[in-house]
Amino acid sequence: MATPKPRVKVPKKASKGEVITIKTLISHPMESGQRKDKEGNLIPRQIINTFKCEFDGQLVFECDMDPAVSANPYMEFNAKVENSGTFKFTWVDDDGSIYESENKITVE
Amino acid sequence: MTFNRRQVFGLTAGAAAFLAVAPRISFAATEDTEAAIKAFTGGAEPVEGTITLDTPEIAENGNTVPVGVSVESPMTADNYVESVLILAEGNPSPAVATFHFTALSGAAEAKTRIRLAKTQNVIAVAKMNDGSTFIDRKEVKVTIGGCGG
Repeated sequence: MATPKPRVKVPKKASKGEVITIKTLISHPMESGQRKDKEGNLIPRQIINTFKCEFDGQLVFECDMDPAVSANPYMEFNAKVENSGTFKFTWVDDDGSIYESENKITVE
Repeated sequence: MTFNRRQVFGLTAGAAAFLAVAPRISFAATEDTEAAIKAFTGGAEPVEGTITLDTPEIAENGNTVPVGVSVESPMTADNYVESVLILAEGNPSPAVATFHFTALSGAAEAKTRIRLAKTQNVIAVAKMNDGSTFIDRKEVKVTIGGCGG
């Protein structure tokens, strides 16, 4: 499996107190544990089970995912920004791998 | 092709038996869902309203069905939506995802893409920080199932 590549869309600028929309997508097969291979054996489950978004260390949004989330999980949510800072996005894989991405935002 | 009297009786009885069994099958599928809702709300019966689930009426491909939820809430430090649970009744396991919001979220809205095995009800349950719970459900018709074979 290729290393999952996160893609995140955060506005570069916002006004104070504005509620912005954040869109994220990460490439991942999200193997559900329900499918069988050609020999009829179950393919073991391997999904991203947690997604987290933090702003300067404070939790903004978190999602626990089950195998019913589609491959290449997409998340769209909101955040209220009061000051400039950095958004940190974290995805946790079933095998313990952690994928991260950071985006800066300027508040005027 | 014609039916004699005996065959007609046989067919009717068969159809009646099928109809009697069919609702029980779908009821069995929702028992897991009920249990999941109870576990999430802590036993409380969620009320309709306040939460809106946004799903397509017909999903051609059950592998990626866009779903969105939004909950009416001021999202301040002392009045906000804690979490939203998404369930799909007809999937091998009903749990889909749980969103956790904070006052920093600004608005209790989220969108994602999910897998649906067949035509079924999708359910969203919201839990507020004061413990009250709200529910919304929508039926989604699925043309091609999304759980692999």
